[in-house]
Amino acid sequence: MSAPDHLPTMAQASPWQRLEPHVPLLLIPVLALLGFLLIPSTSSWLTLTVSGLAMGMMIFIMASGMTLVFGLMDVINFGHGAFISVGAFVGVTVLLGLSGLTGAPSLWLNLLAVILAITAAALATGLLGLAFEKVIVQPVYGYHLKQILVTMGGLIIVEQLILVIWGPDEIFLTRPEALKGAVTFAGAAIEKYRLVAVGFGLLLFLVMRWMLRSTRIGLIVRAGVENGEMVEALGYRLRLVFIGVFVAGSALAGLGGVMWGLYQEVITAHMGANLMVMIFIVVIIGGLGSVEGCFIGALLVGLMQNYVAFLEPKLALISNIGLMVAILMWRPQGMMPVVKAK
Amino acid sequence: MLTRLLSGDTPRSLPLTLILLAILVSLALAPFLFPGTRSVDTAARICVFIVLVASYDLMLGYAGIVSFAHTMFFGMGAYGVALASIHMGRGFDALIVGTLAGGIAAAALALVIGLFSLRVRAIFFAMITLAVASAVAVLVSQLSGLTGGEDGLNYKIPRALTSAQKYMDEKLFGVRVNGKLLNYYLVFACSTLLFLLLLRIVNSPFGRVLQSIRENDFRAEAIGYRVVYYRTAATCLSAVAAALAGSLYAIWLRYVGPDTTLSFEIMVDILLMVVIGGMGTMYGAVIGATLFIVAQNYLQTLMGAAAEGLEGVPVLPLLLNPDRWLLWLGVLFVLSVYFFPTGVVGRLRGRG
Repeated sequence: MSAPDHLPTMAQASPWQRLEPHVPLLLIPVLALLGFLLIPSTSSWLTLTVSGLAMGMMIFIMASGMTLVFGLMDVINFGHGAFISVGAFVGVTVLLGLSGLTGAPSLWLNLLAVILAITAAALATGLLGLAFEKVIVQPVYGYHLKQILVTMGGLIIVEQLILVIWGPDEIFLTRPEALKGAVTFAGAAIEKYRLVAVGFGLLLFLVMRWMLRSTRIGLIVRAGVENGEMVEALGYRLRLVFIGVFVAGSALAGLGGVMWGLYQEVITAHMGANLMVMIFIVVIIGGLGSVEGCFIGALLVGLMQNYVAFLEPKLALISNIGLMVAILMWRPQGMMPVVKAK
Repeated sequence: MLTRLLSGDTPRSLPLTLILLAILVSLALAPFLFPGTRSVDTAARICVFIVLVASYDLMLGYAGIVSFAHTMFFGMGAYGVALASIHMGRGFDALIVGTLAGGIAAAALALVIGLFSLRVRAIFFAMITLAVASAVAVLVSQLSGLTGGEDGLNYKIPRALTSAQKYMDEKLFGVRVNGKLLNYYLVFACSTLLFLLLLRIVNSPFGRVLQSIRENDFRAEAIGYRVVYYRTAATCLSAVAAALAGSLYAIWLRYVGPDTTLSFEIMVDILLMVVIGGMGTMYGAVIGATLFIVAQNYLQTLMGAAAEGLEGVPVLPLLLNPDRWLLWLGVLFVLSVYFFPTGVVGRLRGRG
């Protein structure tokens, strides 16, 4: 075998080729810039951007578990919304019980109360997730149709149980003292709670990213998403990993539920089911199974929703569908597809 | 002749045949057998829902596609009739134009959603229909200038179909022969016709292809059927049938609103009816819809009585509260997906 006559060409990748992998991430500043151009006053743009980011972060927290569960085990969980509602109800019950801490004017005591509430909610929904996985999801592995039907049934049952336990009325709550009100920055009033939500969401995303990229368990999870059979052949019990991811995803949903409840200052048993619409959009445009895609998708949806709600209130929900259609035309598998067509 | 009318798909089981005959006779003679506004209302609702559930079964049971937008198509038919009746004035032409417009709009929207999401992955379809349907429901309640918002629309249908029009002076078997009776039989006849049509569709070669796609889409594609086209066609047919059912419902009720046609609760009801009756058989729709609507009307009374009877026991009265009937239906739903995937009809046919 002789070497080919021609020399290998060493052409530099064109700028577009180098840029392309980062396009989804760049969409966020592009959207923010577009908002800046369309919204007349800078201060309202700033307010809207922060609230869009806050909303996006919360949606990301709720959606991340679902996308991982799908990626890992090809399980589509329509009952994910139930964990959001349960988390919100448990968390708010704890917060209402800790009125001594939430009413105090000290930031640290308030944060302590919120952290306690969030922990309680995450624990409760994690346990519920474990039960849900064992009872509802496990018997229907591998059947998408049945999964959709059964998890939908699970959602109905859990929603009704919430109504049995907490009664049929919605619960109004007030945020802890130190998280009330707004700070003024560059002429824009920004609610303190939104800043906290952005910070907290970003922190969670970074932790999750670190877990997935730099720890052994993260490696197994990522490998499981890519090729589950191979991971099992190497001797890892993917089943246990999956249960762990399902429980963690449920706990995150519950945590997101508390944060959403504090954001809206009202909770209902149907809030989870209502949020599912947004979560599905995020999961689809992010690419099923991708945590990064889910993060970018959530921020895009949050920003889009806030900008459009300001410019043309009636189009807010439709705009997200439009965003989804546009992204699916561009990349039919979502922005960052991880799961190869199964 | 009868077999031909049923497109060769006979019930194939004696108990099932008897139940279906009983339902058919009760519905056909409902105004005479069960006089009273409420029971005739229930009968009309059953007729409409049989068509609606059967059209959903065409998608879910035969083609294996899960959609959450079926109430949207149902609502399009209903709002079509309502808007036409308001803007064109009362008359049969308005009903026809509204029905056609609703059906065409539903087919067009189903085509767009289908081509979009079924092309990629069947599982997208469930999520995308859920998103689109909830967006439409929100839009309908916000555009109150056009759709009446949350309050819905009241409109007039031709006098020939209302109780104001009398056809005979004396009563026939104790029932007033008026436009309302005619209206009921219009609903009944159209529902029967649509049901037989759906039965024809699922037993045609087209229906066979759908079933093969449900069982193994990869293989169906390999044999040479364009899976996407067949799935999209099934979605469109099902959407049109749902829109027609919506038109019938609008003609019967003389009112449309988000709660009666578009709400997610109705979507859940349809799912329950299909699964309990039996997926993948049109007769399941008949049994599921009848059972469910009768239970909906009378189960709550029963639960209320049970809750009162158990006063003093700690948790049970709360669980048996009439408002919590959906809880029990949810449990029933999950259990039937696990243990009776073929529903009542499958059990009766002995192929459980």
